[in-house]
Order: sequence, then C-alpha cells, then structure tokens
Amino acid sequence: MTGLAYWLPVVWACILGSAIMIYVILDGFDLGIGILFAVERDRLRRDVMVQTIAPVWDGNETWMVLGGAVLYGVFPGAYATLLPALYLPIVLMLLALIFRGVSFEFRILTRDGGRAALWDIGFMAGSGVAAFCQGCILAGVIQGVTVSNDGAFAGGPLDWLTPFSVLCGLSVVCGYTLLGATWLIWRTSGDLEIFVRKLAPALAACLFVAIVAVSFWTPMLHAPYLTRWTAWPNVLYVAPVPVLVVALGALFLMGLRRAHSRTPFLCVLGWFFLCLSGLAITVWPYAVPPTLTLWNVSSPPSSQLFQLVGTAVLLPIILIYSVYSYHVFRGKVTEADVHH
Amino acid sequence: MLQSSHDLALLLARFQFAFTVGVHIVFPAFSIGLAAYLAVLEGLWLRTGRSVYLDLYRYWVKAFSVVFAMGVVSGLVMAYEFGTNWAPFSRKAGPITGVLLSYEVMTAFFLEAGFLGVMLFGMNKVGRGLHFAATCLVSVGTLISMTWILASNSWMQTPQGYAIDPATGSFMPADWLAIIFNPSFPFRLAHMGLAAFLSVAFAVGATGAWHMLRARRLRAPVTEPVKVMFSMAMWMAAIVAPVQMLVGDAHGLNTLKYQPVKIAAMEGDWVSEGRAPELLFGIPNMKTEHTDYAIGIPLVGSLILTHSIDGKVPGMKDFPRDQRPPSPVVFFSFRIMIALAVLMAGLGFWSLYMRWRKRLYESAALHRAAVAMAPAGFIALLCGWVTTEVGRQPWTVYGLLRTTDSVSPIVLSNIELSLTAFVIVYVLVFGSGLGILMRILSRAPEVGEHDASETPAGEILGGRAQSAAVRAVTDDGV
Repeated sequence: MTGLAYWLPVVWACILGSAIMIYVILDGFDLGIGILFAVERDRLRRDVMVQTIAPVWDGNETWMVLGGAVLYGVFPGAYATLLPALYLPIVLMLLALIFRGVSFEFRILTRDGGRAALWDIGFMAGSGVAAFCQGCILAGVIQGVTVSNDGAFAGGPLDWLTPFSVLCGLSVVCGYTLLGATWLIWRTSGDLEIFVRKLAPALAACLFVAIVAVSFWTPMLHAPYLTRWTAWPNVLYVAPVPVLVVALGALFLMGLRRAHSRTPFLCVLGWFFLCLSGLAITVWPYAVPPTLTLWNVSSPPSSQLFQLVGTAVLLPIILIYSVYSYHVFRGKVTEADVHH
Repeated sequence: MLQSSHDLALLLARFQFAFTVGVHIVFPAFSIGLAAYLAVLEGLWLRTGRSVYLDLYRYWVKAFSVVFAMGVVSGLVMAYEFGTNWAPFSRKAGPITGVLLSYEVMTAFFLEAGFLGVMLFGMNKVGRGLHFAATCLVSVGTLISMTWILASNSWMQTPQGYAIDPATGSFMPADWLAIIFNPSFPFRLAHMGLAAFLSVAFAVGATGAWHMLRARRLRAPVTEPVKVMFSMAMWMAAIVAPVQMLVGDAHGLNTLKYQPVKIAAMEGDWVSEGRAPELLFGIPNMKTEHTDYAIGIPLVGSLILTHSIDGKVPGMKDFPRDQRPPSPVVFFSFRIMIALAVLMAGLGFWSLYMRWRKRLYESAALHRAAVAMAPAGFIALLCGWVTTEVGRQPWTVYGLLRTTDSVSPIVLSNIELSLTAFVIVYVLVFGSGLGILMRILSRAPEVGEHDASETPAGEILGGRAQSAAVRAVTDDGV
C-alpha cells in the first residue's frame, strides 16, 4: 500500500470520528432535554428548557448529516454494508428524529392550543427512541456484522438486537439525559436549575455503572478487542482512559456540590469523549468489524483527496461560525425570555 | 409481472425512496424560494425604511421556521436512505455522489443551520446589518445546497469524468470539473431554481389573494402588507413563468441530445420520424408498443423538439425493450407539468393586465384564481422530478448501472415495515405541519408585525390575541 492509500483513510477516520463525537455531544444534550420532559411536567419550565436549544438544534443535527455523507463518500464500503445491516434501528431512529424535530417547532407554535400536550409527548418520545436507537447502532457496529465475500451485508434483519445492544441503547439514553441535565444547570436558573441539580447525581451514578458494564463486556465480544486492552505494552497507552473516567467523576461531584454552573457539563462531555475514544481504540482499524478494515471499505484516493481539500478549508470555518451562533445566544435563559 | 420477492422488494424500495424524496423536495424548494424572498424583503426594508417590508419579513419568517425544520428532518432521512436501501449503488457511486453530498453538507447545510438561529431569534440581539447578513447567508446556503445536489443528480443522468474500477465495478472520479459540470447540470440547475422561486411566488400570491378575498367579505380595507405581498408575487409570476418555459425548452433539447429515449417516452412516440405530431392525450402501451387513443396536433412534436417541422424525433422502438423507461408515467407527469406551466404563465399575464387596468387589488376573479393555484408550482415541480427520474429508468447511473442491480439485500418484510412506518409518520407529521403552516398564514399580516422571538404563540396562529385595531378590520369573529 502506497503512502497516500494508507494515510488518507487514517486521516478520514479521525475526521469522521471527530464529527461523530461532535454530533453525540451537541445533539446529545438536546435529545437529553427531550428525555427530561418525562420528569419535568411544568409548561413554563419546559418552555425554558426548549428555549435553551431552539436557536442551535438545526446545527447540532447537521453533524449527523455530515457523518452520513462522509461515510458515503469516503468509506462507501462501510456505508453500503453497515446501513443495510442496521436497517431497522436506523429507520426507527430517523423516524424518531423527525417526530422530535417537528414536535419541537410545533410545540412552540401551538403553545396555547390543545395540541401542545401531544407535541410535548412527541418531543419526549422521539428524543428517547432516537437516543436508544443510536446506542443500538453503535453496539451493532462494535459487535460486528456478517458479510459475504464481496463485502456486502449477509446477515439477518435482527442480528443487531442482542443484550449488548440493549445495554448500549440504555446507556446512551442515560448519558444523553445527564448531558441534558448538566446543560440545563449551566443555562438556566431558579427552580429549574435546582431541580436538575438534584437529578444529576443519580443520573451520573447510572451512567457510571453503564460505562463500567460496557467496558467489561466489549472486550469479550472479539478476541482482538481483548488483546487491544490487555496486551503489553498496549496497556500502558490505554490505562489512562479508565483512570481519567474516575477522576472526572470526582470532579463532577465536586462541581455539583460547589454550585459551579459549567463544571458538571464539561465533566460529562469529558466522559463522552473518553468513552467514544475508548470504543474507537477498541475497534481500530476495523470499519466493519470483525472483517473489513478502513482500507477495505474506502473510496479511491482521488475521492478522498478532493474531499479532504474542501474539508480542510471548510471545517474550521464551520466551527468558527457555529461557535459564534452559540455565542449570540449565550447566558442563562429565564422564563422572562420565553413569555412576554 | 413480479417474478420474485426481489422484484417486489425492488418496487417497494423504489416507492419508499420516491415517497420520502418527494415529500422532502417540497421543503427545500419552499426554503430556497422563501429565503430569497425574505432576503429581498429585509434588504428593501433596510434600503427604503418602509415598515411594510419589515412587517412582511416578520410574517413570512414564521412560516420559514416551520418549513425549514420539516426540510431538515426529512432531509436527514435522505442522507441515510442511499445506504440502507441502495447499498450496491452507494458502494459503486459513493466515491462520486457521496463526495458531492459531503460538499453540500459542508458548504450549505452548516451555513443555513448556523445562521438560522440568528435569523429567527436574533433580531434584537445583533445589529441590523448583521441580521441582514444572516438572512442572506441562509438564502445563499439554500442555493449552494441546490447546486451540489443537482450536480450529483445530473451526474447520474449524464455521467462523465469517471473511470470504472475493473475489480469492483466502482466509479472512480477522474475529472471533478467534468463530473460537476456534466452536460445536463446547468439546465437542471436553472430549471429547478426557477421552479423553486415560482412555487413560492404562487404560495405567497395565494396567501395575499386569500386575505384580500376575506377583507372583501368582511367589507374591510385591505392592509398594505397584503397588497405588497400579492403585487410582488404577481410580478414574479408574470416574469418568471415565461422564462421558466424557455429554460424548460432548453432542458428538453439537452435531454433529447443525451437521453433521447426519455424524450420518446415523455412524448409517447414509438417510431422515430420527422414531421411528428405532438400528442395532447394518449395511453402509451409498453406491451403493444403503441400509444392508444392518441390525440395529436400535426407537426408540432417535431417543431417543439427540434425547432423545425421536418425534424426527426426519436421513437422508443429505436431502443431495446430493456432500456425503455415506463412511458405511461412520464407521458402524464410531463403533460401535467406543462399544463400547470401554461396556467401559471396565464395567471401572470392576467395580473399584468389587471395591474395596467389598475384593478390588481380589486379583481375578485383574479384573486380566486390565485388562491386556487396556490400549490400549482409545487405540483409542477414534483411532476417535473417524476418525469426526469422515472425517465432515467431502468438505470440509476444512466446507461451504466441498472436500478435492479442497485438495491440493497434487505428482506421484503423489512421494507414493507419501513415503508408503512414512513407513510404513517410522514402523513401524520407533515400533514400536521401543513395544517400549522396554513393556520400561520390564515392570520393576516399586521401593520407593526411582531418579531418571531417575541410573539406569543396564540398570536402567531391567529384568532386569539390580535391587537384591537387590527381585529376591528380583519377579524371575522370566529
């Protein structure tokens, strides 16, 4: 394999990984806010919760479109194998995201009408189902997909549904809820902030248990996974990951106790970063575990290079104006911002 | 007809894609036209200082937020449906179409989403100039988005600039400029762009007309914003509809050159001949290779397609049976589009005449016609897409990759399930969305329209909390 044919997929795997990470973090907190509707029934507070994400959720969801498009253009082999394999959870996730996205807009517009309650349910259920499906999809990739000799999907329609995928689905629901709760700690005040502050430790405990369970289960799925985490000297490089998870947990509790507004959110972001990095380390260099590597599924260098040039220019610009748009709507949102 | 479950699965996969993309395309088209309209309104407001433009901006931006959200969520489906349902196609064409889609996301989707928040909620948070810039960027984003996706679609229609990998059969990009600027791209781009503007012009015009009819029924004066929106929409109809016909003609000639069998199917022509008639009606029969019950105008077929009465037009019999698109579908979708185009141009000219007679705001007949034609642009647009996409069959990448070889190995029961779910959810969600849109538009724009970020919901949707002055003139008390 020549230099370019080797390195381009590696660079692209890093870009795709970053895009997925950004998506999970950004859409994670706004899906979490939808899930939190289950425990917050007050209309005014729900309006405040929604107002914190109203100006930015379109942009958050765009990272998922980018993920799909990059997979399609750069790793078409993975796109064409994983998506049919995960057909049902993907379709269900898309339908849930539709429900949630429009419910979000419609509930603002029907605020005083009788249908508003219906759209609230759509927002809540759509968020929860989408989060669960994302966990299942992630698990479906990690636990592997049956492929034929020419690399096409050759398994059954329910291969993805295993105890492991259900665990991952629940973990993601729990993680997004915590992310949403800590986002609200940062971005709201008064009763709502106090409420989510009380909720956060229990959610964090659940997520911690889930992280531990997934961490011990994942290496058991395939032999190379286990070697990655236990073989010498790999263990030296990967050991900081679990240590940092625990350290962030401690920082999280401290931030919560000392009434920091941003620390809990940042700690949960750190957890997500470590977990996703850990999973990436586990499956590397497979794009479709346990058979197809990045290089097996990538598009020709001419495609990857052409796309890389644009990405190198555009992605930093996108990040700059995305940060700007968050900056415009910074600060705590109160009930006064929602109702005049 | 259906030999196996593969054939049925293929048919359902095609139907699912057609349904989801058909619902989706309406929203981007709406966004393209409406974002441009909003940019023009805000620009006019900043330039002239006339508050009527700001009122209209604030009125239409509420509809825009609903339309845009529906476009985002229905578009998300498209980014994944290529892989779920058309895996072999994605595997082979992804190195080209996937890259173009990625460019669309990076140059357009992020731009739109990034500045939409400022556009919808930022009027009081950033300066006027910056807010106008945000509106323009959103509008530019919609246009860039259209450009990339049409480059990709047009490449599937008239592929060039590729090499085929002998080992895998994949399309390898060889010349990106040739891929993007493929022969049908400029025509499709111009045709679709104008279609989006025209669709929105008719939606805006119908809204204005509807409020004028209501004011007349209530014997109330017509407000300035209603007049201005109707007038602007009718200018668009009068100018853009005829231009669109010229562009459509050029697009048709391009198709004749590169996809003659598509033209033959659109025209229901079986035998290649000069001095061909133009069929107004007929039922093309793919089995007997004959168009039944044909009613045609002599010579006009050759005249339209070749701009000469002796010109030779293609016939489907020139092509093997397994390379012909289903003529009955495209024959009718094409005719519906043309009929609507004629009606739209007719309404435009009628409005010019009424404008000249100074009765633009008085003619109830014109207003009723404008209301009736509210969906005309969108229906024509959908018929146009049916014509070009069904006309590309039996290929996904024209002449190179067959549709039957493009479909995913998904079991039939899964497609049945997903198709059913898509239909139910789409009808429910987008049906409700349309209902909400109509309720937003059923409230007349006020003089001194509120900003979207400060309007209580009851007011956006009308009927509850309109200011007393406006209620006195516009509210029918229901």
